[in-house]
Amino acid sequence: MQQTRRSVIKAGGAAALLAAFGGALLRPGRALAAWNKSAFEAKSAVDAMRVLGMTNAEDSKAIEIRAPEIAENGAVVPIDITSNIPGTTSISVFIEKNPFPYTGTFDFSQGSLPYVHVRVKIGESSPVRVVATAGGKHYTTVKEVKVTIGGCGG
Amino acid sequence: MRHALVLGIVAAAAAAAPWLQAAAQTPDPTAAEFDKFREIMEQDNPAELFEVKGEELWHARRGPKNESLERCDLGLGPGVVKGAYAQMPRYFADVDRVMDAEARIVHCMITLQGFSYAELAKQPFSSLTRTPDPVSIVTFVAAQSRGMKIAAPQNHPKERDAYEMGKAIFHYRAGAYDFSCASCHGVDDKRIRTQPLPNFTKPEQAIRAVQGWPGYRMTGGVMHSLQWRLNDCYRQQRFPEPGYASETLSALLTYVTVNANGHVYRGPGIKR
Amino acid sequence: MADPMKIRVTLQGDVADVRVLMAHPMETGQRKDAAGKLVPMHFIQTITAQISQAVARNPVFAFKVKGAKAGDKLSITWQDNAGDKRTDEVVIRAAS
Repeated sequence: MQQTRRSVIKAGGAAALLAAFGGALLRPGRALAAWNKSAFEAKSAVDAMRVLGMTNAEDSKAIEIRAPEIAENGAVVPIDITSNIPGTTSISVFIEKNPFPYTGTFDFSQGSLPYVHVRVKIGESSPVRVVATAGGKHYTTVKEVKVTIGGCGG
Repeated sequence: MRHALVLGIVAAAAAAAPWLQAAAQTPDPTAAEFDKFREIMEQDNPAELFEVKGEELWHARRGPKNESLERCDLGLGPGVVKGAYAQMPRYFADVDRVMDAEARIVHCMITLQGFSYAELAKQPFSSLTRTPDPVSIVTFVAAQSRGMKIAAPQNHPKERDAYEMGKAIFHYRAGAYDFSCASCHGVDDKRIRTQPLPNFTKPEQAIRAVQGWPGYRMTGGVMHSLQWRLNDCYRQQRFPEPGYASETLSALLTYVTVNANGHVYRGPGIKR
Repeated sequence: MADPMKIRVTLQGDVADVRVLMAHPMETGQRKDAAGKLVPMHFIQTITAQISQAVARNPVFAFKVKGAKAGDKLSITWQDNAGDKRTDEVVIRAAS
């Protein structure tokens, strides 16, 4: 499989943006939803999940979190999440020991696979909790990620 | 009496670095984990944002002379960027000295565009809010040698002199800690906290001196080149600050790069 | 408009593997500048998702979009808490 080097695209202002796929993840022109301030400002994962209505999330082994056991630098920790729960419509991420644990929700409509890669800041070694929402129900799993300071930057 | 005094001082110097611990002889699993994820992150490397910026700067008319860098000779002829980084440091007849890539870019910015050394050397390293132009440009130049074998030349007598001088500098102990580069990087199996310290005197480990530089540093999300890395090494050794783009640093880079000759350069990387 | 994103799309069958690199400081509001003053929060809030300032500086994301084929256009937009926005698009190329 050939990996193409990326190209930088400079979009010119209001160029006509074609909808790439029917009902797909990336639908240009749709108004971006209002940012969920009360969830993002919650100081614990429990509180954030309550705001989001995810308190009764059921433990599930069908959500895969791929992240380093030990992250070299807490400023940039790569996390790969795949939900194998059929009909997953969104994935939410909480870094439990961060000052504001709720880190984001990625929505998937028909046309996108419930997979996301994101790079996050982890302030100290912490459980990383993921909630997958499918059919209006919430499922969750957690993975511990240690962070450490490396040596001298070589 | 004098012998005892000298021995005492040497012993104190050796004891002054308790944080340099001999790592286990077996491969360090933590380092292996770090390497694995660095490779993943290098596939989508924010360094690319600086490559793009560097390319723009290469072609833009700038400076008092309102000229681009398109006639800059990086050793393979004026304007030839592809492959040039992998073949530096090298001797340049127009200045009768060996220059590393960033020193050469600075030279071109001065002679072609009319910038002054003083303004370029004033704040030559990236901060959170500013990436100096030579850093973006050297990132672009380095990216054009991605996938190529490192081949710093040793044909010209001054290139060979630079190697020997670099080797001597590498082993030169001075400063408050009586350190040299070799104190950390001249022996096998040393580490600082969780970072292994490669032995740059050995070809198979010297590659780690140059691989991944220029590098996007995760700490702070800034772009750094080898000029920064060497400056920071000297700071950590409590040495006086080396001159930016100086002959000293070109010589040091000649020594470690020639030791790494033959290895494939993977382009700008990600650093802690 | 803000600095451009770098979007890389690889077609595997009918699934487009999308990787995006965005240029953005993603300030948490907790960092102090050289003068000791707190640097205000400045972060991307919405892409196709809602995220916080805990996402890394110069964010990288990856998604997989089903039903893709060569020639389709893919567009990504972000918006930050200062009201700044950026949209970039690519045309998906055939797997080679």
